[in-house]
Amino acid sequence: MLKVAEKKAVLSGVHFMSGDIACAEGAIAAGCRFFAGYPITPATEIAEHIASRMPKVGGIYIQMEDEIASIAAVIGASYAGLKAMTATSGPGFSLMQENIGLAVMTEAPCVIVDVMRGGPSTGQPTLPGQQDVMQVKWGSHGDYEIIALAPSSAQEMFNLTIEAFNLAERYRVPTFIITDEAVAHTWEKVVIPPLEEIKVVNRKKPDMPPSKYMPFMPDDDLVPPMACFGEGYRFHATGLAHDEYGYPRTQDSEVQTRLVRRLCDKIRKNADKIVRVEKAFLDDAEVLVVAYGIVARAALGAVKKARDQGIKAGLLRLITLWPFPEKHVVEAAANAKAIIVPEMNCGQMVREVERVAKTTPVYPVPKLGGAPHTPLEIFEALRRHS
Amino acid sequence: MAKIVEHPFAKYLRAAMMPHIWCSGCGNGIILNAFIHALDELQIDLNKLVVVSGIGCIGRAAGYINVDSFHTTHGRPIAFATGVKLAKPELEVVVISGDGDLFSIGGNHFIHAARRNIGIKVICANNFNYGMTGGQAGPTTPLEALTTTTPYGNIEHPFNLVHLAAAAGATYVARWTTLHVRMLTMSIKKLLQRRGFSFIEVVSPCPEIYGRRNKMQSGLEMMEWFRKASVTASFSDTAKAEITPEKIVVGEFVDIEKPTYEQLLYTKIAQIMNVQK
Ligand SMILES: Cc1ncc(C[n+]2csc(CCOP(=O)(O)OP(=O)(O)O)c2C)c(N)n1
Ligand code: SF4
Repeated sequence: MLKVAEKKAVLSGVHFMSGDIACAEGAIAAGCRFFAGYPITPATEIAEHIASRMPKVGGIYIQMEDEIASIAAVIGASYAGLKAMTATSGPGFSLMQENIGLAVMTEAPCVIVDVMRGGPSTGQPTLPGQQDVMQVKWGSHGDYEIIALAPSSAQEMFNLTIEAFNLAERYRVPTFIITDEAVAHTWEKVVIPPLEEIKVVNRKKPDMPPSKYMPFMPDDDLVPPMACFGEGYRFHATGLAHDEYGYPRTQDSEVQTRLVRRLCDKIRKNADKIVRVEKAFLDDAEVLVVAYGIVARAALGAVKKARDQGIKAGLLRLITLWPFPEKHVVEAAANAKAIIVPEMNCGQMVREVERVAKTTPVYPVPKLGGAPHTPLEIFEALRRHS
Repeated sequence: MAKIVEHPFAKYLRAAMMPHIWCSGCGNGIILNAFIHALDELQIDLNKLVVVSGIGCIGRAAGYINVDSFHTTHGRPIAFATGVKLAKPELEVVVISGDGDLFSIGGNHFIHAARRNIGIKVICANNFNYGMTGGQAGPTTPLEALTTTTPYGNIEHPFNLVHLAAAAGATYVARWTTLHVRMLTMSIKKLLQRRGFSFIEVVSPCPEIYGRRNKMQSGLEMMEWFRKASVTASFSDTAKAEITPEKIVVGEFVDIEKPTYEQLLYTKIAQIMNVQK
């Protein structure tokens, strides 16, 4: 019976899908069985597709009254034992920020999709942007680390959504899919592998009796095993600074230091295991493009054109935006004369690249207006700096 | 030597969290006590109970009760509880929080959970002000009352919480004061036995912060007010169930059954899964 349900959850085969739909299917394939959301362009199709698919695999879709409620319900469902997700765009993402901090503090595994449109405010609902890449890292108050993945295609919307669930469960951290309208709304070929080939990670469970369980006592990997509601562990969780028992200890500087440091370290110290990039023509590259999301596709075209013309160009595509793939950027920068960073914003991730590239000059190629860069625009920048 | 016996209710509390943070004369302890009595009288399975609170003095209740418990952000316990209840409908999910938490910042979640009839149970401590942040006015502060942010007297009309809950679709609605301990315990037992969205407002003294400014220096004086002013008017028009310095209308106002959201949801899921078999 379970096998039947699982089979239905993974639509193995070759499909023609939009990025949003591929994301929804990726979530279901990863074992997500709870979705709470509030409609917003250009993320709505994720909710719509899940509303139709979720009941078929015994999962839950609920349209909440707003995004604050959506993320709160997702954290609740996660603590009740389900893999849970929400999807939104800029304005909704801003509303979620306080409870994203709650998910960080209570180590609630969950996936949050932000399909970026142009901002600020309601901005450009139907056009792509990359203006939330700093908000995804720094949006909530306090000191913390999260994981954010940036797909470039519908296929990656599928693959990386599964990856996002796996990382969320592995590290007990809210994990983000940070994409844009162009990836979300472009229809492309998506290959869904057979059930057996899909690797699914589930949260680590406690193996001690309830009397011995400390809900926020980490193992060596800095991640505590997670009991869920109704399993007999009778634990407490709070957004307040807490000790390993989950009890508020807001005045104890040692306890707070230990907790917040661990929340950061469980991501920082595992960064090498988490980070993913894609490299093209990097071996002898003298001028380098660092790009992500839809822009990276134009960047690859630009790099190929540059190569045709004898310019030693290369592409470092960031798949993981957070933790920032520092080592890869340092490595690529070492041999480069110049790095260009095209982004659909006034210059956001370029600061991270500058921070780690140190002596290599870094040139932003910002673009506003609601359209991704053309390959030619990026090629021109490559040529100027080659 | 005297034998040390454990208090029969010790198992309901987290000893490690004591002493609690509440002031003397505060009503929150009475509410917690009534809740524990109700759990005990019904012999509720403590492994299947989840208590969720928001932020505020009463919000600490979740941590004090020895069950699965979660202390959410300010205003969000109902939205959090919605996720819990839908994910595991077999759990009893109780929200215990303040009037400011549930009806100011969290007002939207309250009305929508009631409208959907999600089977979560809400107990609201109404102390007419924001206790935790030092006594500012809130959505239940009576007209002309003095608070730190209404130093010349409140000019905002307060919510009538039982009327709001009934209008939004709650299937069980009651109001008591902390003086009505027996009735409150009886009501909490009913709340725990109902299936749909259920709501109890408990008018609760906050002598330290609210009472002091409004000529009721102690918990006792506030209880004296409750005694003088309370009138029971069960199953009467909630629109008329007012709270004024002269009159606090208490009682049970709504007690009906209708299908819960989770019943409808799980029935629908079963149908859809059956069709494709
Ligand atoms: C988003 C947010 N805004 C404001 C606060 C500050 N705050 C903490 S408790 C509280 C009011 C609590 O009042 P109530 O719910 O009536 O509970 P009481 O303390 O009176 O029991 C406020 C405004 C907060 N914690 N979070
Ligand atoms: S401030 Fe008021 S509500 Fe808070 S603990 Fe003191 S008396 Fe109770």
